[in-house]
Amino acid sequence: MSHDTLPRPRPRPVKAGKSPAGPPPAGRARRHWTKRANPVAGLGSLLWLVVVIIPIYAMISASLTGQDKALTGNPLSPPTDPTLDNYNTVLHSGFGHLLANTVIVAVAVVGIVLALCVPLAYVAVRTRDRWSGMAFRLFLLGVAIPAQAVVVPLYLLIAKLDLYDSLLAVILPTAAFAMPVSVLVLVGTLRDVSEELYEAMALDGASPQRMLFQLAVPMAKGGISTVVIYAALQAWNGFLFPLIFTQSDEPRVLTLGLFNYVSQFGVNIPALLASVVLSGVPIFAVYLVARRALVGGLMGVGGK
Amino acid sequence: MPGVLFFGFFAVVPMGLAFYLSFTSWDGLGDPKPVGLANWQKLIEDDRMVQSLWLTVLLTAVSWAFQTVIALLLGVWAAGRQRNRAVLSAIFFVPFLLSSTAIALLFYALLDPNFGIIQQNILGSSSGAFLAIVFVGGWQFIPFHTLIYQGGARQIPEVLYQAAAIDGAGRYRQFFSITLPQLRHTITTSTVLMVVGSLTYFETVLILTKGGPGTDTAILPYLMYEAGFKSYDFGYASAIASFLVLVATVLSLILVRLTGFGGMRSTREGM
Repeated sequence: MSHDTLPRPRPRPVKAGKSPAGPPPAGRARRHWTKRANPVAGLGSLLWLVVVIIPIYAMISASLTGQDKALTGNPLSPPTDPTLDNYNTVLHSGFGHLLANTVIVAVAVVGIVLALCVPLAYVAVRTRDRWSGMAFRLFLLGVAIPAQAVVVPLYLLIAKLDLYDSLLAVILPTAAFAMPVSVLVLVGTLRDVSEELYEAMALDGASPQRMLFQLAVPMAKGGISTVVIYAALQAWNGFLFPLIFTQSDEPRVLTLGLFNYVSQFGVNIPALLASVVLSGVPIFAVYLVARRALVGGLMGVGGK
Repeated sequence: MPGVLFFGFFAVVPMGLAFYLSFTSWDGLGDPKPVGLANWQKLIEDDRMVQSLWLTVLLTAVSWAFQTVIALLLGVWAAGRQRNRAVLSAIFFVPFLLSSTAIALLFYALLDPNFGIIQQNILGSSSGAFLAIVFVGGWQFIPFHTLIYQGGARQIPEVLYQAAAIDGAGRYRQFFSITLPQLRHTITTSTVLMVVGSLTYFETVLILTKGGPGTDTAILPYLMYEAGFKSYDFGYASAIASFLVLVATVLSLILVRLTGFGGMRSTREGM
């Protein structure tokens, strides 16, 4: 995990003018990997860049267009008369409240997932009995349980627990469904902590708790940051649980708020797009600040 | 282990409960009444169900092909270290920062026949609507899978490429003989995530097409949502949900078997 983000040694410069003919110098492959342009791949990536940028551009440009002009102009031409009216409209329809709720959900989900998954992964790695193996397998299966499949009985459970229409009704199931992948990622990193370190600490008379907090947690920092990012994104992205377990304005989160703007703004597409832009701003700000951790952490999800 | 209990309560117990509810009739109020196999019989006889299963499988397969090809190529390309690649990769990543809901709304607006980029009613034709969902899902998730492949490609030892170059293997030969085989674990990880993830296209379907035109994009989760939370037939919805769990479990068991993911092996083995 964390080793993905470590800087690699720079390739040694290959001396020019040496052995132009004959077998290719050893540095060639390395150059292919790091320096030499691959025109086909370069072109392909530029093509995808266009696919990525056009919708984003059209969205921002349209969100700055007055509603009266929206239906006449081509959405790809820049707005002739940029206006922030749409943003004003959105900000005055309870956007701050939605954002605050979403942040609460994300923080709570991350907290629950960490508190439960770190000890769980630690036990799964350190003990080799049948129960921990079974628990681990349960989580492996859990990766494949689609949230959609259990939403009806969860609805029943949430209602019986008297949690319906509260933020907790969103937080608890979201945290539960973020657990399987989190456990897998943490088990992956904790496995790489060498056995000798634990033995050394045990010889010094350290308790299991101390080993967990002073050895395992610091060593698994990379995995833990991956889990934080993953759980936070799940909470940020969650739509189904808020849609079904909440109803009133009070516990409404951002994704659901956006969904409701469709009916609220009707055909006011510029305002709708302004709300989409606004919903992206907070996480984009986080991305700018923590790009390395975010990208490195997510790279870790697949680094198995 | 409180973690197991918590997960069990919110994920495993509901699964069992879903199975139980599939044998009852329940309108969301009052108590569920047992009705035996009626819901399952309805499920087997429901034409929409067959169409929906087919759509779900087709959507998963087409999305997998679309996303894997692009993400794999972009990921391998981006694994090289170069200034402009880093900048481009950062831009590529942006769609993933928006939530599925936001992205579905964005394309809902951009594909609007009166307003949108393409002045045609794409969402009104069944193949258009289907392809729109595939494309929108890819637009959102390709950045994530690109990143996974980028991480995988960086872990391939460069010695292999040097050896291949000495043996005179060209770039394409190297890609097919080294890069692809070395990435096979990454490909399975990414595939598992895509298969499970394609079920979350629910949001996209709900916002973009509402299952339409007609029922031409009503994938299983959407059908379940309609039966439960629109028609208040929670018994039938539970039968659909149980069926969905069955499909997902079989798929994941096959994948776990194929990859040896459960073997508790070190992640660094074979590197």
